[in-house]
Amino acid sequence: MLRVIVCLKQAIDVTQLKMDSKTLRLMTEEAPRKISDFDKNALEEAIRIKECLGCEVVTVTVTAEEAKTTVKEALAMGADRAYVIKDPKIAGIDTLTTAKILAEAIKRLGAFDLILCGEASIDSFSGQVAARLAEILGIPLLTSANKVIVKDSDIIVERNLSSRYETVKAKMPALVSVTWGINQPRIPSLMAIMKASKKEIVEWNIEDLGFTSEKLESSDMTIEILDVSVPKIERKKRKLEGENAAETAEKLVKALIQEGVIGGGDF
Amino acid sequence: MNEYKGIWAFSEDHSLLLEILGKGREIADKLETEVTAIVLGHNVKEKAEEAATYGADKVYLIDNPLLESFQSERYLSALTSLTFRYKPETFLIGSTKDGKALAARLATRLNTGCITDCIQLELTDEKKLVAKKIVYGGKGIATILWQVKPQIATIPLRTFTKLEFREKKGQIIQLDVELEEPKTRRLTVRPLEVSRIRVEEAEIIVSCGRGFEKKEDLALAEELAKVLNAQVGCSRPLAEDRKWFTEWIGLSGHKVKPKLYIALGISGVIQHVAGIRDSKVIVAINKDENAPIFEIADYAIVGDIHEIVPALIKAFQKCLQK
Ligand SMILES: Cc1cc2nc3c(=O)[nH]c(=O)nc-3n(C[C@H](O)[C@H](O)[C@H](O)COP(=O)(O)OP(=O)(O)OC[C@H]3O[C@@H](n4cnc5c(N)ncnc54)[C@H](O)[C@@H]3O)c2cc1C
Ligand SMILES: Nc1ncnc2c1ncn2[C@@H]1O[C@H](COP(=O)(O)O)[C@@H](O)[C@H]1O
Repeated sequence: MLRVIVCLKQAIDVTQLKMDSKTLRLMTEEAPRKISDFDKNALEEAIRIKECLGCEVVTVTVTAEEAKTTVKEALAMGADRAYVIKDPKIAGIDTLTTAKILAEAIKRLGAFDLILCGEASIDSFSGQVAARLAEILGIPLLTSANKVIVKDSDIIVERNLSSRYETVKAKMPALVSVTWGINQPRIPSLMAIMKASKKEIVEWNIEDLGFTSEKLESSDMTIEILDVSVPKIERKKRKLEGENAAETAEKLVKALIQEGVIGGGDF
Repeated sequence: MNEYKGIWAFSEDHSLLLEILGKGREIADKLETEVTAIVLGHNVKEKAEEAATYGADKVYLIDNPLLESFQSERYLSALTSLTFRYKPETFLIGSTKDGKALAARLATRLNTGCITDCIQLELTDEKKLVAKKIVYGGKGIATILWQVKPQIATIPLRTFTKLEFREKKGQIIQLDVELEEPKTRRLTVRPLEVSRIRVEEAEIIVSCGRGFEKKEDLALAEELAKVLNAQVGCSRPLAEDRKWFTEWIGLSGHKVKPKLYIALGISGVIQHVAGIRDSKVIVAINKDENAPIFEIADYAIVGDIHEIVPALIKAFQKCLQK
């Protein structure tokens, strides 16, 4: 049977991320967590392959925090088993180390045909982990997938490359990263949610995978985040109103001419 | 200790390469080091010549029929060999979708760090390179530095500007490297039909959101765009859900910096705003006076697009055709 692995990141729900008005810092600790959006698309795609061809779908999550609720949602959607590599030492690791841990975990899962990732995660938006993972595992990488077709031992992917579409083929095992447009992730039914509670969640820590805590220490990191600031938005915020639409429009035209963004010097 | 030297620039998108060279030059001058452009392809002597006049002191050119069009493993192996051989301190790579994956893979082979989609690159007082990058869907801007060399960064289109044409010309060095066998095979390429134009380069953008309920209504936006000599863009749902466009503006789409951005029926959710933040002037028209787009607009009109846009078309026509 085919085996599909989905790399599922537990990300910060950025739409609910708030700024502390006193310190002007983002309250990342307090913000709720969820499955990173594109990863949900990746999972949905895996479940569709399962429905179509029959396969085993397992998820792998690398996290410093509790991820049970997040992972349960994936199981309710239709994943068969979830692996969570959970260790407080994972906090603040870079994309290279994340990929190394994922690779190590995946090696322990045995043979597989396909790995599905998101094109980028909603919080860090680096778009690197999938590429790095494929490189470490030495398997073909097909990014920005808009459509995925499994055909015998081949994978055929339509890639959305913002100025063109490309269809690309590779031999499995391969790694595919998906974009948002590939599908509409399902919302699990109550039945599915109940059934999911019986599914297995396997938890590993870093040592289980042969990593030492020294190896994860900051000295081994390739980058260092010095600061995360909240961008200042300085806009005029001028509300334009008139007696009617025509008058409002006139006001806007005048303002834009004054700004020098429309027209030449003719008027 | 510092065997890594100089700043490199590569992009399979030639105009993006020239933009990156502009920034590379600026940093290199401050560090008193050299800028090297990497040009890969077939029959691309001209591109190498051009790179040599837009800021590169040196151009490493690999001209090989196998590099005719972008192929990830071949391009990756070429860049890997060059990087191992010549050890650049900093390697700036164009942030196309292919470029980003290439940079991440290169960084993995070199066991180094990569910062994608940098919106700014600066030197600290100690002359260390730091990058800024949008995180948390646009709510945060991270300042990041590298802990190891080479320092790899990817740069989106229109982040920096290319230099003026210079008389001074860099040296072109033709090289040969062994190329890896591809692991993937391209079967077809289909250009995106709907929006052919690169919104990144537009001076004025008329952008449509879900406030447009019927496809016919887009004619309003198109007419306004015609009067203003503008490009039409959209928020993601119009492309992804309704399929009226193939591309969209925002965090996961195109980042734009026009002189004028007119948002029609767009709510202004952070992921959209992240793509328009650098616009000079933002105009928003929305029927909901509490729409978040008004928080980041210079000029706000509360009203229905079906009323306001026709009035705007008339008003612009009147003044622009005088
Ligand atoms: C990871 C991730 C990445 C994303 N990336 C992007 C991205 O790159 N770009 C992007 O755009 N979105 C992106 N999104 C989606 C984004 O979150 C929003 O869903 C989207 O931007 C909303 O589009 P909208 O403003 O057109 O629609 P809506 O939010 O539905 O807003 C429609 C607006 O139109 C107004 N309106 C309705 N009728 C009229 C009328 N007749 N006249 C005037 N106003 C009217 C309404 O008041 C409303 O404010 C992303 C989401 C995620 C999770
Ligand atoms: N901590 C993680 N655990 C599992 N998968 C991850 C993790 N981080 C990243 N990924 C995968 O890599 C993709 C790209 O993430 P990023 O490089 O952070 O943008 C995500 O969409 C996930 O599929």
